[in-house]
Amino acid sequence: MKKEQSKRKRSPGPQFQELILDLLAYWHQCGCVIQQPYDLEVGAGTMHPETFFRVLGPQPYRVAYIQPSRRPADGRYAENPNRLYKHTQLQVILKPSPENVQDIYLDSLNAIGVDLRHHDIRFEEDNWESPTLGAWGVGWQVLLDGLEITQFTYFQQCGGIDLDPVSVELTYGIERIAAFLQGVDNVFDLCWSADQSYGAIRSDEERQFSAYSFEHADPALTRQMFELCEAEARRLLDGWAEAPSGARRRYPLLAAYDFCLKCSHLFNTLDARGVISVTERAALIGRVRTLACRVAACYLEQQAAAEPFALGLR
Amino acid sequence: MKRTAEFLLEIGCEEIPAQMIARAASELKVILEKHLGSERILGSAGISTYGGPRRLVAVCHALLTRQPDVVEEVTGPPRSVAYDNVGRPTKAAESFAARQGVPVAKLYTITTPRGEYVAARRTIPGRLTREILPTLLPTALASLAWPRTMYWREPTERFVRPVRWILALLDGRVVPFTFAGVRAANWTSGHRALGRKRIAVRSFADYIAQLRRNYVLVEPERRRQKITRELRQQAARAHLRVHEDAELLDLVVYLNEFPTVIRGEFGPEFLQLPREILITVMRDHQKNFALERSSGELAPQFLAVINLDRDVGGRVRAGHERVLRARFSDASFFWEVDQKTPLGDNLAKLAAVIYESRLGSYADKTARMRELARTMAEQLAAAGIQGASVAAADRAAELAKCDLVTEMVREFPELQGIVGGLYAARQGEPAEIAWAIYDHYRPAGMEDALPRNLTGCILSLADKLDALVGCFAIGLIPTGSSDPFALRRAALGIVKVLLEKNLPLSLGALVAAASRTLQSQPPRIGVSETTQQQVLEFLLERARFIFRERYSFPYDEVNAVMAAGADSLLDARQRLEALHSLRRTRNFEPLAAAFKRIRNIVEKAGPAEHWRLPEVRADLLTAEAEKELHRAALRAAQQSESHRRAGRYREALLMIAELRPVVDRFFDEVLVMTEQDELRQNRLTLLAKLLQEFSRIADFSEIAAAQK
Repeated sequence: MKKEQSKRKRSPGPQFQELILDLLAYWHQCGCVIQQPYDLEVGAGTMHPETFFRVLGPQPYRVAYIQPSRRPADGRYAENPNRLYKHTQLQVILKPSPENVQDIYLDSLNAIGVDLRHHDIRFEEDNWESPTLGAWGVGWQVLLDGLEITQFTYFQQCGGIDLDPVSVELTYGIERIAAFLQGVDNVFDLCWSADQSYGAIRSDEERQFSAYSFEHADPALTRQMFELCEAEARRLLDGWAEAPSGARRRYPLLAAYDFCLKCSHLFNTLDARGVISVTERAALIGRVRTLACRVAACYLEQQAAAEPFALGLR
Repeated sequence: MKRTAEFLLEIGCEEIPAQMIARAASELKVILEKHLGSERILGSAGISTYGGPRRLVAVCHALLTRQPDVVEEVTGPPRSVAYDNVGRPTKAAESFAARQGVPVAKLYTITTPRGEYVAARRTIPGRLTREILPTLLPTALASLAWPRTMYWREPTERFVRPVRWILALLDGRVVPFTFAGVRAANWTSGHRALGRKRIAVRSFADYIAQLRRNYVLVEPERRRQKITRELRQQAARAHLRVHEDAELLDLVVYLNEFPTVIRGEFGPEFLQLPREILITVMRDHQKNFALERSSGELAPQFLAVINLDRDVGGRVRAGHERVLRARFSDASFFWEVDQKTPLGDNLAKLAAVIYESRLGSYADKTARMRELARTMAEQLAAAGIQGASVAAADRAAELAKCDLVTEMVREFPELQGIVGGLYAARQGEPAEIAWAIYDHYRPAGMEDALPRNLTGCILSLADKLDALVGCFAIGLIPTGSSDPFALRRAALGIVKVLLEKNLPLSLGALVAAASRTLQSQPPRIGVSETTQQQVLEFLLERARFIFRERYSFPYDEVNAVMAAGADSLLDARQRLEALHSLRRTRNFEPLAAAFKRIRNIVEKAGPAEHWRLPEVRADLLTAEAEKELHRAALRAAQQSESHRRAGRYREALLMIAELRPVVDRFFDEVLVMTEQDELRQNRLTLLAKLLQEFSRIADFSEIAAAQK
């Protein structure tokens, strides 16, 4: 305990939670809606409806939120200093993309105490793609003294639909940035708050969900759940065409999307469990993508019906 | 008005992918020279271009300020219409002159095929460069080709990354135009963190100097020099040397506007990891240079190129060290996890890894490679070549692809093969087998080294032959630019291994063996004769290339030898050497000319069944010259054939070359196409035999006549 104390005293940077608060405060000042994390298992902040749906269509929008993101295959039973079953993303969407977006982003680093004159910042090509969402973009990974801290993407397509206007998506890896600022090598050594470490708060979760993903998940049952969620999403999507015009606005396309997200997470669980062959893998990803693309297309129809004059749909 | 002006253009971008910049800069030069040239304003100075992470720059020190005037001759009415009979200009002449803007007195007469006409010389004044550029530049810039473009504002405005400013000056004055939504102006922007955001620019010299003060080295060569110098200094300070890496150097030149080299350290415990893995992590993931001791061993230090003028308080170094430490601990973790599974146990998992959907999984490919490797090992043993047992070849093939499902290769795909070899060695496989696995993707190109032992060569051949035959069998045949499975490289690899390792294997037999294997093992695909022939031709095409480019044989000698067959590439090379050594001897080229003549005669004589006799009939030989040729040919055929069979190609060719005087005499004294049927048929048969007997080493008629 004594050793822990002294370690914390030496650490110069903000606590894990301070870092989150500072970044959210910065984006709040930039005019963003501050949203809450989505309450389903997702693999990335992009999957949050606040990104997936908001980047579609013409309405300007700015939003920032924290999104805990589950990657079952990356779990390491809390034994690896850098890899996590669940890591924390801070996601920002700026729509349309501002002309000085790189400067706005770099200012956010200033806001968390990174002096850019004394640190090596670079933008290295990295074109992000989410095959399950039919989404991709062009951009960079941002490196801070050689450490990837942010994925910076000009969204080009989402749900298979060309985007106009283009949104910029910024995804910060909070654990990494915190480790950098606190100068620790092991993510579990991070100070989460004044008196709690990341490890104290999260280790059990990492251990148990790693064990679940790699050992306990029942492949047959998980497959079955995948099929069920897919069927429910399909049923809802099939019903959209027949929805009476009076009931279109309340037609639950958002629920269809939830089931699509569940499929995505169940797929990740199966993948971590090592029961998916390469061919099957491509096929399952294709099935989730089909759902996502259908949701996106229906959603745009729904929005157009709601505000026929506000949407300059192409 | 000045005749020439300095033109400066800078496209300011968000960070352009580093590996695209050099090409884009050289393409910008070509495009601008083409456009300015076709407007006749390029002048003689030419364009220089530079590229960096955030800018593409073009400068022309002496662009013409206007197009040269063009003098044009315009034909008017016929002379008879333009002047009356006393030679006075008519209305027709006057109105023509007026239209051309010249006085009537300046009209003159020209003679055309249709008669005499009146003409005028009209001067079209050149347009001003300042007026041409605003439309020329957007078109030129839009025609820059990128591997991938994006849009960020309007879907129609596409570029590699968002354009954020444009500097365009003609003798210090802004050239007004708009590209990708940005209006050209007179300012540039300095280093992101160390420079000023807006810097007004007057000229190119001013531009370079001001950017230098604002921590941007515009010229890539300057950045390269700075990096190279500092790499050397930093290494020397630690009494170490840089692990040279030209590709990495190219990359960091284009990743930084103001490169500075710093040195960092890592825990010596990581040196337990194989050097290949350490270097890959440093190079591919962190863009760091490894450092070596004079013994060649890696030192626990690295050099990083950062985009700053200095590292205040070692903060950047500490960051780079931390990241590298994390990467190395990941690699150590993968290494340890992978060691828990014997390499061979991964075979089962390969069934789930698709090689190509129609060619099955890597488990299928492994089964095929094993069969092929065993066959080749047997053939080599039978040919008395020591160094590879059938069992070793089989085992190496069995393990060759097992590293594809390891954590290490999943993380570092570029280490495939190498990781398998390292694991095999670690898990107690004999060194021969471990190195064979390690090397089996080699040679990866014309200059790459070959596998270091014979088992590795067999494995490399088995891998590539299976790829070649398999892909051809399912129609994946490379076309002009498309070769997704890198089959050209595979074929080149096969030819290189056979030739440089002196392996006496028959190409035909190898292709046939790979085809049989594809049929006997999953996916059990039949390979037609035609397809096998296509594969052979594809391999022979590579062989021709290597004989010409690597061994520097003249093309006609290569053609002559290949025309006589090249099933064994070794044998073909020996024949080529013999042919080449005799090429300049006295009898050789005249004999080649005679063979060409013989071939022409035989080809012109029509279908062989109309004249060919079963044998040359001695009783029909009438002229002394043909009797002599017949005798000499029989003798030479016997002797040269015994030399040829013994592989003494030079001696065999010398025997043939000695036929020259008798062949010459035959053509001087004997008329082949005589009216007498029997005599003619006998003489044609004699020539046809000659051609047949003496073309087994090389087809002399392919030899081009000597340049006089």
